Amino acid sequence: MGTDVFNKVEKINSELFTLTYGALVTQLIKDYEDIEQVNIKLEQMGYNIGIRLIEEFLAKSNIGRCADFMETAEVIAKVGFKMFLGVTATVIDQDPDKREFHLILDDNPLIDFVELPEQYKHKLYYSNILCGVIRGALEMVQMKVKCTFMKCTLSDETSSDIKVVLEEVLSDMIPVGYD
Amino acid sequence: MSVLYTFLIIGKNDNPLYEIEFPSSSQKKESTYINQYILHSSLDIVEEHVWKSNNMYLKIIDKYNKYNISSYVTAGQIKLMLLHEKKDEDPIRSFFTEVHDIYLKYLLNPFYTFNTPITSPTFDARVRKLGAKYFF
Repeated sequence: MGTDVFNKVEKINSELFTLTYGALVTQLIKDYEDIEQVNIKLEQMGYNIGIRLIEEFLAKSNIGRCADFMETAEVIAKVGFKMFLGVTATVIDQDPDKREFHLILDDNPLIDFVELPEQYKHKLYYSNILCGVIRGALEMVQMKVKCTFMKCTLSDETSSDIKVVLEEVLSDMIPVGYD
Repeated sequence: MSVLYTFLIIGKNDNPLYEIEFPSSSQKKESTYINQYILHSSLDIVEEHVWKSNNMYLKIIDKYNKYNISSYVTAGQIKLMLLHEKKDEDPIRSFFTEVHDIYLKYLLNPFYTFNTPITSPTFDARVRKLGAKYFF
């Protein structure tokens, strides 16, 4: 499923992509000098990407409404990541209430070649833009989520782990005076 | 036991970027500093050779008593210098090419600025591995 869509979309050179993102992050660090701020900015940028990307995603993938949040998780991991990054993620730790899951990224094209300097380890979430993208995209389909990086391979941890928590399902708003 | 190989990476403006000795000695001996000194003194000769050759690998460019000095200059004028006693060109050529390769990969790291000292432990480990592969 994800592979089909991946074959359809246009590709760019992965090194160009990785280096552009690297330049962006280092420039942010230079400009803000505060790692916490950089994380926040990356997330906001991702949000702005996400709210646009969802349109493209729905148009190309022909995926309908998901039955529950867990189906959403699978779609993000297997189709969304595949379509835009060419990799798939694994969904683990789904909680029984179906309001929370973890995405494990085994392979992340954003971090090719990257080595974090000691002083940024466990502080900078280099790929934090992904959290923003997920939040932005889901918000456009009436799901308000909180998305955080739990672990990052760049900080010598075993895997990259993104936690997604469903905060509320926004109701479809009916325009005022429409009945 | 004397140090057999000393390897240096020298930046664009003859600034040192990286240094290592094979086999690695735990404590700094005086002779290792002398080796670095010899390598640095050959830098002028490297400049001469760069313009005579189209290859990055410049072979043995200088001799100092029993030591030979080989050099490899990348397109960005980063000089890889090796001081060695044995004259075996093939492993040295391969060593230089592979170090060039990992240097290029390291250069793609957005947190590394061109022409600054290389402090990464990963880079160091990779060079050590290459040294062990070609020289022992």
